This record gives sequence, structure tokens and C-alpha cells, in this order.
Amino acid sequence: MSNKEIVLEAQGLGKEVSSPEGPLAIVRDVSLQVRAGESVAIVGASGAGKSTLLALLAGLDLPTTGRVLLAGQDLNALDEDGRARLRAERVGFVFQSFHLVPALTALENVMLPLELAGRRDARAGAREALERVGLGSRVGHYPRQLSGGEQQRVAIARAFVVRPAVLFADEPTGNLDTATGGRIADLLFDLNAGSGTTIVLVTHDRALAARCGRVCIMEAGQLAPG
Amino acid sequence: MAAVNAVPLALRQLGREWRSGELGILLLALTVAVAALTGVGFLVDRIKQSVALQANEVLAADLRLESPREIGDAYEREARRRGLKTARSTSVLSMAQLGEATQLANLRFVSEGYPLRGSIGVADAPFGAPVAVSSGPPRGEAWPDSKLLSTLGGKLGDTVSVGEVSLRVSRVLITRPDQGGGFAELAPSMLVNRADLAAADLLQPGSRASQAVLFAGEPKAVADFQRWLDGARERGQRLLDVKEASPQIQTATDRAGRFLSLASLVAVLLCAVAVAMAARRYVQRHLDSVALLKTLGASRMFTLAVSLVQLLVIAVAASVIGAALGFVAQEWLLRALKGLLRADLPPAGFAPLGLGFLTAIALLAGFALPPLLQLSRVPAIRVLRRDVGAPTPLVWLAFGPAVLAVAFLVWWVVREPRLFAGFTIGLAAFLVVLTAAGWLLVRLAGSLRGTVGVSWRYGVANLSRRRAESIVQIVAFGLGLMVLLLLAVVRNDLLSDWKRSLPADLPNFFFINIPPDVQAEFRMFLEARGAKTARALPMIRARLTQIDGQPIEALKFKDDRGERFAERDQNITWQAELGDDNKIIAGRWWTPADHGKALVSISEEYQQGLGLKLGDRMTFDVAGETFEAEVASVRKIEWDSFQPNFFLVFPPGLLDELAGTWMTSAYLKQGDGKVVAELVRRYPSVSVFDLDDILTQVRGVIDKAALAVQSVFIFTLFAGIVVLLAAVQATRDERRYESAMLRTLGASRGTVARGILAEFSALGLLSGLLAAIGATLAGYFIAREFLEVPYGFEATLWIVGLLGGGLLVAASGWLATRSVLEQPPASTLRGG
Ligand SMILES: Nc1ncnc2c1ncn2[C@@H]1O[C@H](COP(=O)(O)OP(=O)(O)OP(=O)(O)O)[C@@H](O)[C@H]1O
Ligand SMILES: [Mg+2]
Repeated sequence: MSNKEIVLEAQGLGKEVSSPEGPLAIVRDVSLQVRAGESVAIVGASGAGKSTLLALLAGLDLPTTGRVLLAGQDLNALDEDGRARLRAERVGFVFQSFHLVPALTALENVMLPLELAGRRDARAGAREALERVGLGSRVGHYPRQLSGGEQQRVAIARAFVVRPAVLFADEPTGNLDTATGGRIADLLFDLNAGSGTTIVLVTHDRALAARCGRVCIMEAGQLAPG
Repeated sequence: MAAVNAVPLALRQLGREWRSGELGILLLALTVAVAALTGVGFLVDRIKQSVALQANEVLAADLRLESPREIGDAYEREARRRGLKTARSTSVLSMAQLGEATQLANLRFVSEGYPLRGSIGVADAPFGAPVAVSSGPPRGEAWPDSKLLSTLGGKLGDTVSVGEVSLRVSRVLITRPDQGGGFAELAPSMLVNRADLAAADLLQPGSRASQAVLFAGEPKAVADFQRWLDGARERGQRLLDVKEASPQIQTATDRAGRFLSLASLVAVLLCAVAVAMAARRYVQRHLDSVALLKTLGASRMFTLAVSLVQLLVIAVAASVIGAALGFVAQEWLLRALKGLLRADLPPAGFAPLGLGFLTAIALLAGFALPPLLQLSRVPAIRVLRRDVGAPTPLVWLAFGPAVLAVAFLVWWVVREPRLFAGFTIGLAAFLVVLTAAGWLLVRLAGSLRGTVGVSWRYGVANLSRRRAESIVQIVAFGLGLMVLLLLAVVRNDLLSDWKRSLPADLPNFFFINIPPDVQAEFRMFLEARGAKTARALPMIRARLTQIDGQPIEALKFKDDRGERFAERDQNITWQAELGDDNKIIAGRWWTPADHGKALVSISEEYQQGLGLKLGDRMTFDVAGETFEAEVASVRKIEWDSFQPNFFLVFPPGLLDELAGTWMTSAYLKQGDGKVVAELVRRYPSVSVFDLDDILTQVRGVIDKAALAVQSVFIFTLFAGIVVLLAAVQATRDERRYESAMLRTLGASRGTVARGILAEFSALGLLSGLLAAIGATLAGYFIAREFLEVPYGFEATLWIVGLLGGGLLVAASGWLATRSVLEQPPASTLRGG
């Protein structure tokens, strides 16, 4: 595994924000290398800076210091639209609250990233992805007609449909009961194994973290050694 | 590329967006704006056309070419080639003879087709009630007017001879369209067929004849022909068009047009406020979905395109619905105005559709585009951190387009620099004042918090917490209320002014050339027969020769009017009492002690035209005698009182010996023709002018205008309601969430309800207060500067403004947020 190429690398990453009590470093000097096909869990107390780190790694936000190389591209060197294009082509997301577009059906939600990436076969690809998460019979349903677990499966189908290099997930099972959470985790790791997608996830769920190839512990904005 | 992808997404989302409400408000606001502008545009245009056509009746044509010499037929050939209708009228001053009696008369020989516009009023007896006919007398017949037939002592069926020809009197001429409203024609007149002109053999060298060729047709063809004719006509040929029409009608139309434009503009501006509010809410609701789209890889352009496509769909829908509503509204109005407007109005064109679309686009570009641009800037990170919103825009970017859009629309509607400047500056000033006052209230609210009960504390605290929103709402409500109040005030002023100036018993007959020795007897004669007489005034012709010792020829005057005053003979009078249609605006009116002194009172027009001031010495020439008088006062005259009035009035005792003749006016009921006929027989030297026709015309125009004004008022009311809806809806989600929170924390429904009511009442009261101040100031300005009517202060304005504002805002806020309280808190919290 160690001979696989590095798809995600953070070098001396830091994020400072201004607060009423002066500047506040919420992420400090984080360096990290993730190889293709790896699964990494970031765990830590609430407020440790996990979500902030994830946002930096995915290029949703820019660091104050240091840099992120995602799929060989320096995120600092791209403008906002450039980072968006990179995300459209190489990155998938799964969130705690499922962030589906309520006006679109399950199928249309999954088609969205394909269309944004300019793919021709959006409909067929989206249908196939939904079948893989076991929702082949629910393609025409709107988010509000689906349960939380089903919505999260749509979100996972949407994340995987572009065959991303890296999938980022922020507490993907946070809103689900243990059994459903377990099934969602199964799905994530099946896809990870099947397509070789790298997974970086933030979680409070010990079971989920334990299934990852590597666990990084975050404390007060820093990655604890180990 | 991005835009191509954005279209299907935008359209698919539209249905759902619709349910969330703000697109509905947007559509409503744009539709009302479009309907107001197109509807009023249609209406003003058609009323103007109708009035222009009626005004043309004064010429009996659209265009009239006059000359003292023979006019060749080349012009008529050209006119007919262009599809215009033509007619001829030749008038000759000559003797008419009936039996033994003779009388100098103005004989009008008119061709077939005369009159091209309007109709001739004829009766079977002198001064009888007229019946309208559409053409002149046939060959061999004559229609003398009442005065002529009375003085000749004739009746229908008699034979009257003019020149070499004998004609049968078949009708009595009461009115003809081109008789003019002034006193130019003193001789009585008679209408004859032009085919009899040659036989009469009246056109000899030295005879006093004047020729007129009349033209009429489609407005565009007439305008083209007028341009051509203006270049082609010979020296000494005078071209007359509508602009010479009766000034009273012109003034009434102008006033109505201005008021309608103003009213439609106000509706449009209110809608703009609603658009801005709906756009704000749209942005608030779309922060999440834009951030999500960006996370999934959408570019900024793509997210912008999605919202733009949606707005474009709304704009198109609003233009179509709005233009259709505008069309229906004006059709309905035209039907209501039937009988007042001419039947042969040109049909409505398609122009308003484009106009409506332009309005919708201008409003969106000015008021919705800037927030949408900000929306597209919301960072993707929002998917993880909810508190991240759109960056605050640069001030000029946020407000520049709105200012431009408003300026564009105001100019487009008003198209008059003074009104444009007054309106925009007033609006800007009012907005600044409102914003400042809103800010002040929000500050004050903080200090009141400790002194009021829990509901008020919660309500008032809300105002200061949502400071920006509160200010926006106060400004919006204030603006809406202000224009509604303003419209009510101005409309009242306008209508009462018109009513006052045109009472039903306005003098409808003028009598001039009354010999001084029979003057008193003449009035008694009228009054004994039920006529309501106005004051009688002596009338003397005088010429101004010097001002302050300077010969008039050596002086320069700043405008044509001054020149005319200086050149022409003036009718002057003397008078002890000041009429109630006159107001002294400088100096003072004479007391009995001043009688016989060399003083003069001049009218405002005269004072301005000649640049005179109090104390200036003016020298006059009356029938070769000169005398000097000092300017003692300046009067403002209400000319539309239809009472005898003079530019120059002298005190009694100065000119008494000079007095040539007297004049007076009186109101006679229609059908009192016999009285006038008897009067003419008894006092043959007196000239009679029947003003009934002009008065009817003026009244008709005013009635139309008033009805149109009322209907435009409805558009503005709709627009005001849309603003209220938009403002209330703007904070509804937030309120729903808060109310659920408070109730979860244990607040009773009553407490939350009172809090909401307190907040809206406070909002409404302050808006009402500001609106009353604004409406008072603006009403004063508009009444004085543009409508030129006196302004009356109205206390009801303040009561209505404050109470109405508070109640209206509280009630609609309550109605719109009441549902918040009826839902169990859990459903709101879950859904939020
Ligand atoms: N833009 C910002 N401004 C101010 N403070 C911030 C900002 N972004 C993050 N923080 C703070 O940084 C800290 C880390 O936030 P972050 O959301 O990354 O925590 P987390 O580890 O994901 O917590 P949780 O497990 O509760 O989701 C928090 O205290 C948060 O309030
Ligand atoms: Mg987090």
C-alpha cells in the first residue's frame, strides 16, 4: 500500500480566525499524507477543529498558512472557480445533514455533479449509482419522501457517481441510529474497496473510525502523534 | 456552457421555489408595476388622443390653412393623395338683407364635408337648444345665427339675400366648431353653402374676405402633411393646429396627464420596494443551496445563471400578465368613459407589451440583481459552517443599480426635467430622512426596554436586534403610506379645485358693448327673467405708451408675452370692489379714500410680462388722451371663473368720463333662448357670446380625468398591499423559528402574540408618523409647483397616517405571522 501515489497532502496547514479576544488559531501546523485507496478517520473532541481541517483539505476554505495538494494540484494556486472545477471532477462529499437539493428527485440529485462536470451519460450513470446503494426503485422520489438513512444513501450515491479520487465525509452517520449508521458505513467501505476511492472522514462514531485504515486524533487544532 | 446547464436546473427548481413564497411576491410586485405602467400608459395616450380630437373640433379640422387671399388647390390635391380629407370655408363680411332690414354679417361659405371635426349645432328658433348635424346647409339655403335672425326680425322659411343671391332660411345656427372661444368675431354670422359663393359675387377687390382650407385624417398622416405644408405654404398663409385650441381644455388635460403619470410612477416605485424585499428573502433562502452547488463543483457563474433564469421566467410572466391586466383595465375604463370619449379612437397597439417587459427588467436589474450577485459569492464552506453568509457588497454596487433603475423609470414616465428633478430629489431626501429616523427609533427602543412589559420588551428588543431589517421595513412602510396619503391629498386638492372652478351655475353667456346709459336697466332685465348675473364692468380701450417716463418702443421685454402686452391695445376697466376670483399678491387694494387717485392694479401675468413693480408709473393713451397711473397692487386672477376680468383695473372716479361700453356675464338655464332673443331685439348693439359649448367640453375633460385618476389610485393601493406582504414575509421564517423557541422555553402563546403585535405596532406608528410628515411636505410642493393649486393643510392626514399606519401594519403583520402561533413548536423546529 505504501507504494501507491499520494492523492492528498497537507503541509504545515494552519487556520487563524479573528475572535473578540483576538486572533484564534483553530488549526495549527497540520501535516498529513494520504495515499490512493487509503481510508483515514479524523476523531477528536467537539470544537477540536476537525470540520475546519476537512474544509481546508477539500478546498472549501483556504488556509492561513501552509498548503494542500489535492490530486496533484496546489489548492492555493487555484481560484474559487478553479477549486470548484477540481471538486466537480475529483472530489465527493457526504455530510452529517444530508444536503440534498429538495426540489430535485433522488435521480436528479445524483445527476447534478455529473452535469456540473459536463458528463454526457448523467442519467445512466446516476441510475447505476442509485442501484449500487440499493435505491434503484426510488429514483423518482423527492428527498422529503425518503427516510434519513435513505437520504444519506442518495448522498453517498451522489458522492461516488463521479468516481472521485477523494471522498470527504463529515460525520456521515451522525444523524442516524446505530444499525442504519452501520449499513451506511458498509456502503462507504464497499465503495472504497470497489473503486479505490480514498476516504477522509470526520466522526465521533468509534465503530466507524475503527474500520478505517488509519485514525488521526485531533486535539485543540493539532494532530496528536500516533 | 454553464448557462446551458443552469436552465433545466433553474426550471426544475421553480415549482418548489414558488411554494416558498418570495417568487410569488416578486411576480405580484412586477405584475402590478407592469399593469400600472401599461394601463396608465394606454389610458393617458388614449385620453390625450381623444382630447386632441375634441380640441381639433375648435378648428373644425386637424389642420387649418388660412389666408386673406385665394388659396390654390395644390394643397388639397397633395392632402388627398396622402389620404386626408379636406374642406373649404370662405368668410366674407357683407350685408345681409331680409325684407327691409339689413345687417352687417360674417358670411361663411362652407363646402361639402365641412366640418371635418366636430358638429354644427342648429335649432328652429333663435337661441334654441341645439341639435347636432354633421354638415352645413345645402345649396340655396342659409343658416343665420340667433343674433342675426333676431336683429333682422326673421324666422324660418324667410328669404335672406346676400350679394346677388337669395337664400331660404332653413335653420338657426347656434354653434359651429370653429367659432372660437374669444371675442374676435363681433359681427353676427351666417352659414351658407360654398356652391352659392360664385353666384353671390361677393369676392371683389377690396372686399373683406378670408379663405380657409381644412384638413383632417390619421394623426401620423396629418403630422407628415403638416411638415410638408409648413414648408410648401406661401407667405401670408397661416397654418393653425391643435395647439391653438382652447386653453382651459389644454390645462385640464395637462393636469390630468401629470397626475396620472405621477400616480402610476408611485405604484411602480412601491413595487420596486417589494421587489427588493423579495430579492433579499430569496438570497436568504438560497445561501445553502448555492453553497451546496459550489461544493459539488458549480462555478459562480453557474449559480448566478440559475437564479437569473428563474428571475427571467418571472419577468416574462409578469410582463405578459401585467400587460394583459393593464389592457383589460384600460378597456374597462374606456367602456366606463363611453359617451365622454370619442368612439373613433385608434385601437391600442402592441407597444405596451414591450414597455411592460422593460419595466419588469428595469426593476429586476435595479433591485434584484445586486443581491443575486452577492448570493453567488457565498462561499462553499457554508455547507460546514452555517454562520457564513454572503459577503456585504460595496455600497455603490448595492444601491447604484436601484438608483439608476428608479431614475430611468421616473424619467421615462415624467419626461419633464423639473418634475423629474423634484420627484427624484424629494424621494432621495425622504429616503435619507426615513432611514435616519428608523435608525433613531431602533436606538430609542433599546433605552425603552427596561420600562415596558415583557411582550413589549420582546417586541421592541426584536426591532433593535434586527436593526437593518427594521430600518428597511420602516422605510418601506413609510414610503408606501406616504404615497397613499399624498395621493389622497393631491387628489382631493385637484378635484375640489376643479369643482370649485367650475360650478354648475358658471356664467354661460357673455355680453359686451352694453351702452353705459342702459347698463343698469340691462342687468335688471336679465335678473327679472331668472338669470344669475355676474358683476358688470366698464370697458375702455387703452394703449400703454410709457413706463416710468420711458417710451414703450425703447424698452425690451424678456418674453413674447411682454412684447404682446406692450404692443397691443388693452381693455381696461375701473372697479371699487375686488372680486372673489381675484387675490392681491402685492401692494393693497384701494379704499374709498383712494378713489379718483391715479392708481392702477395689474394682473400677475401683466406684471411678469412687463417686469413691473409696485410704484412704477405707467402712461396710457385712451382715444388720444394720455394719463399716468402708479402701480398700487398686483392681482392673481382665477381666469377659469368665467367672470369678466381685466389685466388692468383702475379705481373709480378716474376714468368715469371715458367709459365707452360695459360688459357682464350671466348664467341662463339651457332653453332660455327666448330671453336672449328678446334681449338682442331690445338692445341691438349688445354682442352676445354663448359659452355653453366650451364649458361642456371642459367639464367633460375634467370628468374623464377624475375617473382615470380614481382608477390609477387603485393600482397604487395594490402596490401598497404588495409592499406590506413582502415586508411581512421577509421575516416570517425567522419569526416562526423564534416563536417556536420561545414557546419551547415556556412562553405562552399570548406572550409571543403580544410581542409580535407590539413590534409591528411600533413599526407602523413610526412609519405612519414619517409618512404624514412626508406627505404634508410633498403635497405642499406638488400642489404649488406642478398642479398650481393652493395647498390646504389637513389634520386628518396625520390621524390617518398614524392610526392607519399602526393598525394596517400591525394587522397585516399579525395576519401574516399568526400561523406561526398555531403550529406546534416541534414541527417548526424540525422543519427549520
Ligand atoms: N470562522 C470562524 N470564526 C470563529 N471561530 C471559528 C471559525 N471557524 C471555526 N471556529 C471555531 O473553531 C473551533 C473548531 O471548529 P470546528 O467546527 O472545526 O470543530 P469540530 O472539531 O468540527 O467540532 P464538532 O465535533 O463539534 O463538529 C470551534 O471552537 C469553532 O467555534
Ligand atoms: Mg464538526
